[in-house]
Amino acid sequence: MRSNISAFLSGLLFAIGLGVGGMTDPANVLGFLDVAGNWDFRLMFVMGGAIAVHAALRPLIHKREEPLFAAKFPSFSASRLDAKLLVGAALFGVGWGLGGYCPGPALTSLATGASRLLVFVPAMFAGMFLAQVLQVRRVRGKTGWRCSSTGTRSSASCSRS
Amino acid sequence: MISSLLAPLLGGALIGLSASLLLLANGRVAGISGIVGSLLAPVRGDIAWRVLFFGGLLTGGLLLAWLRPGSFAPPASLSAGGAGLLVAAGLLVGFGSRLGNGCTSGHGVCGISRGSARSIAATLTFMATGVLTVFLVRHVL
Repeated sequence: MRSNISAFLSGLLFAIGLGVGGMTDPANVLGFLDVAGNWDFRLMFVMGGAIAVHAALRPLIHKREEPLFAAKFPSFSASRLDAKLLVGAALFGVGWGLGGYCPGPALTSLATGASRLLVFVPAMFAGMFLAQVLQVRRVRGKTGWRCSSTGTRSSASCSRS
Repeated sequence: MISSLLAPLLGGALIGLSASLLLLANGRVAGISGIVGSLLAPVRGDIAWRVLFFGGLLTGGLLLAWLRPGSFAPPASLSAGGAGLLVAAGLLVGFGSRLGNGCTSGHGVCGISRGSARSIAATLTFMATGVLTVFLVRHVL
């Protein structure tokens, strides 16, 4: 229960940060990506501010043995760069540059009911679904294991098919 | 100039606080595409917090629309070409963020904060293709 409240508050805070920072207006985002035009560098301070705060607080948080309302902190395998990561990031960047929306600002802006989000967000979920279906197939084909989630490693649950 | 940088800095700080809260309380990384995308292949016992995080995003959006309507793009009607472009953009953002295991928040904020080489590479990659796309659309085509 408490973990649900903290997740809700985190989402709320995230959305307000995006709005105050200017990320929810695609005109700002496209102005930031338009380095050859009238470059609007202000959004660099959004990412800079977020990284500064999170990088400062992370070590303090990790002094605890475990999170407040969960069993463990996330673990990251030291996996190297692979094509999937880079191709995915490259495609994501093209979509970001075309529409001016990344997932957080798009979902936050959905609350306005604006027609462009009613087009963009379903398409985004369709793209996410397609990527997941393809990856599940690949995993199953390679190993004979079937994974019900290809998301964070910690949440993937696999069984022999 | 300084005051026009305060809002982005403050917004960024709030995002950093949000990511820190989620890590401290739930032991989760604040990667939006992962949190929400995993709802498409739900795992039992791992759904409620994702739905509530999504609910928090929407509630924050409603609060912004009420208190700070200028946060959003002005309302515009969708021309046919505009809708097609948005569908393509949405498909690429959704597909790419799941294939690459993260978006601006997961790789750009959380990953870089932890010094992850994968996240730094992903962030540089999507920044580069984003810049290239805007360059082609605005200055070449």
